[in-house]
Amino acid sequence: MNTLAKSISEKGKALATSIEPQTAEPQGKAQAMALLLKFRTVLALVVVVAIFAVLAPNFLSLGNALIMLKHIAIVAILAIGMTFVILTGGIDLSVGSIAGLAGMVAGALLLDGLRLSALGVVIYPSVPLMVAMVVVLGAALGLFNGLMVNRFQVAPFIATLGMLYMARGAAMLMSNGATFPNLVGNPALGNEGFSWLGAGMVLGIPVPVWILAIIALGAGFVAARTTFGRRVYAVGGSERAALLSGVRVDRIKYAVYAISGGLAAVVGMLVASDLEAAHPASGESFELSSIAAVVLGGASLTGGRGTIAGTLTGACVIGVLGDGMVMVGISEFWQMVIKGAVIVTAVVLDRLQERLG
Amino acid sequence: MTVLLSASGVVKRYGGITALHGVDFAVQAGQVHVLIGENGAGKSTLMKILAGIETPTEGSLAIDGALVQLNGVRDAAKRGIGMVHQELNLCPNLTVAENIFLLGSGSTLLDKDGERDAARGLLARLRQTIDPDRRVDTLSIGEQQIVEIAKALAEECRMLILDEPTSALSEAEVEVLFEVIGDLKRAGVGLVYISHRLEELLRVGDAITIMRDGRIVANRPAAQASVGWIIEQMLGENGKLQREGREPCAEGTPVLTLSGVSRGRDRGGAALEDVDLQARAGSILAIYGLLGSGRTEMLEVAFGARKAEQGTVTLCGQDITGLSIAQRVEKGLLFVSEDRKAQGLFPNLDVGRNMALSDLARFARAGVVQPEKEVSAIGQMIARLGVKAATPQVAITALSGGNQQKALIGRALMPGPAALLLDEPTRGVDVGARAEVFSRIRQLAQDGLAVVFTTSDVLEALAIADRIVVIAKGRITLDVAADQASEAMLIGAANAERAVAI
Repeated sequence: MNTLAKSISEKGKALATSIEPQTAEPQGKAQAMALLLKFRTVLALVVVVAIFAVLAPNFLSLGNALIMLKHIAIVAILAIGMTFVILTGGIDLSVGSIAGLAGMVAGALLLDGLRLSALGVVIYPSVPLMVAMVVVLGAALGLFNGLMVNRFQVAPFIATLGMLYMARGAAMLMSNGATFPNLVGNPALGNEGFSWLGAGMVLGIPVPVWILAIIALGAGFVAARTTFGRRVYAVGGSERAALLSGVRVDRIKYAVYAISGGLAAVVGMLVASDLEAAHPASGESFELSSIAAVVLGGASLTGGRGTIAGTLTGACVIGVLGDGMVMVGISEFWQMVIKGAVIVTAVVLDRLQERLG
Repeated sequence: MTVLLSASGVVKRYGGITALHGVDFAVQAGQVHVLIGENGAGKSTLMKILAGIETPTEGSLAIDGALVQLNGVRDAAKRGIGMVHQELNLCPNLTVAENIFLLGSGSTLLDKDGERDAARGLLARLRQTIDPDRRVDTLSIGEQQIVEIAKALAEECRMLILDEPTSALSEAEVEVLFEVIGDLKRAGVGLVYISHRLEELLRVGDAITIMRDGRIVANRPAAQASVGWIIEQMLGENGKLQREGREPCAEGTPVLTLSGVSRGRDRGGAALEDVDLQARAGSILAIYGLLGSGRTEMLEVAFGARKAEQGTVTLCGQDITGLSIAQRVEKGLLFVSEDRKAQGLFPNLDVGRNMALSDLARFARAGVVQPEKEVSAIGQMIARLGVKAATPQVAITALSGGNQQKALIGRALMPGPAALLLDEPTRGVDVGARAEVFSRIRQLAQDGLAVVFTTSDVLEALAIADRIVVIAKGRITLDVAADQASEAMLIGAANAERAVAI
C-alpha cells in the first residue's frame, strides 16, 4: 500500500508543480508580449484582412466589404446574445434553431396571417408588428430555457440542447419541411416591405449592418454601464456570492436567455428577409459560429470575463476568414480545418495571457 | 538531534520584489518547528521553497547534510517532503477514498477495495470515523481538512509541512490533530507548522521561528516563549496588539429574532432544534459552537440561505420567514460567508466593484450606474473600514485575507443594514489584522448596528461580544452576557446535551 500511496502522492505533486506560477520575464519584453496578447484578436483581424487583401484582388473593394459586413452581422448579433449568456457561465445552443423557427414564423405570418379560430378571422399584421411578435416569440423561447435552468436546475448545455431540437422540429412541422417562398407581402393586406430588413440599404450601408450597430452599441452600454450588466458579471464570477449579496440570480439568468432568444429571432428574420424565403433548416450550426466568435473575443466559458467589443472583433475574424477563403477558392473542407485551428489557437493564447496576466 | 533539512542564505526575488532576504531555517527529526509571521512575512514563500514548489534565487538546501536541488514537488516528495496546503484541494464530486488516492494505483486498474481499506486505516490513524465512501461535498469543511491531512499521510513522509491546518477545525478536531502530530513526532517525522492561533503554537511547537518582512527576526525554543513575546516579535515596533477595554453597549431594541426554529438534518447541514435568538441594535452577539453544532446553519436560516421547517424569523418586528435572500437584503439583513473564496469574492471584479454590488441600485439612475456616486461610496467605505488597497481598481484576489474580509464586510454595509451576520469573520485572517477587523466591527455596533458573528474561538467570543450564545448539536445550551461568561463555562456548554444553568 505504501508504494501505491507514494506513487500516487508523487503524481499529485507533479500536477501541483505544473500549475505553479511562472517566474517573471525581463520587464520590457514581457510588457510587449502582454500587449500583443491583449490585442491578439484585433491583431488576428488585421493579419487576416492583410492576407486576403494580397491574395484576392477585390477583397478590399467597398462592395465586397459591405457584403462581408452583412455576413458578419448575422454571426455578430447572435454572438452578442451569446456573450451575455456565457458571461453568466451558461451557454445557449438553441440560437440557430430559434433563428430558423423565427424565419418560418415570420414567413407564415406574412403568407397566411394569424388565424384566430375563436373569432373566425385571419389577421395579417404589418411588418413592424410582425417583427415585434417574432422577437417576442424568440425571447419567450429564451425564457423557457431560463425556466429549465432556474426552476428545474437543468444544466444550460442540456436545457438549450433540448430547445435546439424542439425549435428545429417546430420549424419543420410548420411547413412539413418545405420553404415559404416569395416573402414580399401583399399591398392589399398592407404587409409588404419585409425584404427591406435583410436586403435594404440606408445611406449606402445594408440594413443588417445598421441593426448590428444599434444592437452592439446598446449591448456594450448595458454590459459596461448598467446595474444589470454588472450583475451579469457578478453571477458569472461567483453565483453563490451574488446570491448572498442579494442579487436575484434567477432573474439575471431569465434575462440573458431571453436576450439571446430575442436576438436569435432577429437574425432569423434577417436571413429570411434577405432571401425573401424562409427555409426550416436555416440557421443550422449558427450556434457554433457564434460561440466561436465569443471565445475568439476573449470571453471565458466559465463566466465572468468577456466584452461586447471583443465579441464583435471575434465575429469579424470569423466572418472575414470565411468570406476570404471562399474568394481565394480554398476548398470547403480546408475551410473547416482552418477555422477550427484558428479557434483552438485563440483559446491557447487566451490561457497564455491569463498566466502572464 | 538530527537535522533533516536545512536552508541557508535563501533569497527569493519575484521580478523587482524580494520576498526573502537570506533566510536560514532547519527542520529536525521528531520536532515541530513552528513558523509565525503576518501575511506577507515570507512564510509561504519559504515553505514553497522547502516543498520544491519554488526554486530559490540564491542560497542552498541540504537534506541530511548533503546539498540538494529540488526539481519540483515530485522530486521533493521522493525525498520524503510533504505539504498540506491551507486552501482545501479536494475534488467535491469524488469520495473520501478516491480523493486520498486521487491518481489511482500504479497499475491501470483501480483497486477500490484496497483504497477503501487504506483510507479507512489512515482515517483511523487520525482517530476519525468518516466513511471512506462518502462524497467529499457532503463533509463539513473541518472534515474535509482531516481528509487533506490523511491524503498527505498516505505517503511515508519524513518531513511534513502543515500550513494553517486548524483554521477550519473545531477544538475537538484540533485535539485529534495534535495527537496525530504527537504520533508523527514519535515516529521521527520532522514537522513545520504554520498557524495564526498563538496558544496552539506554544502547545504544539518545540522550536519557534518568527518572520517579518522576508527575514527571520527571532528564534526560540517553545519552552522559553510566551504569547506576548510572539506578538511583540511579529508586529515589531509599530504595533503592540491593542486589547481595548470594551465599553459595554446599552442593549438596544431587538432587531433580529429567531423563535422556535427547527430543521432536520439534510445534505451537509446540521439540524436545529427549537432555536431562539435575539440580536439587539448596537450590540454584538457571538454564537459559539463546535464544528457541526449548527452555528452556521443558524445564520443561514436567519438569512434565508437555508430552509427551516418550523419557527419564525423577524427583522425589526416584521416577519421575514417566507422572504427570499434578495428581499431580506432589501430589508436590511446582510450576511458575510465563512467561505470567502467560494461564497464571497467575485474574483473577476476589482475591489470597488466587489464592494458596490450589494447596493448597485442606489448608484444607478434608470438602471445605469452613475460612476461618481459609486466611486464616492466605495471611497467612503474603504476609509471607514480601513481596507488596504492601493486603489479600488486593484483585483480583489490581490488583497490579504484580512483586507478581503474587510472589503466583504464593506459590501454588506453598503446598503446601510439593520443587522449584519458574520460567519467566522476571522477565518484565514492573521493576528494583526484580526484585531483590526474586530475593532471595526466594534465600531459598527457602536454606530447602532446589530451584529451577530459565529466563532469557534472562545477567547474571540469573550473579547468581542456583548452577549454570547452557545450552540451544541443544534440546541442552544447557554445564553449569557459576555461579562458574566468564562472560558470554562462556554466550553462546557458547547459540549453539553441540554441547556446549562449559569
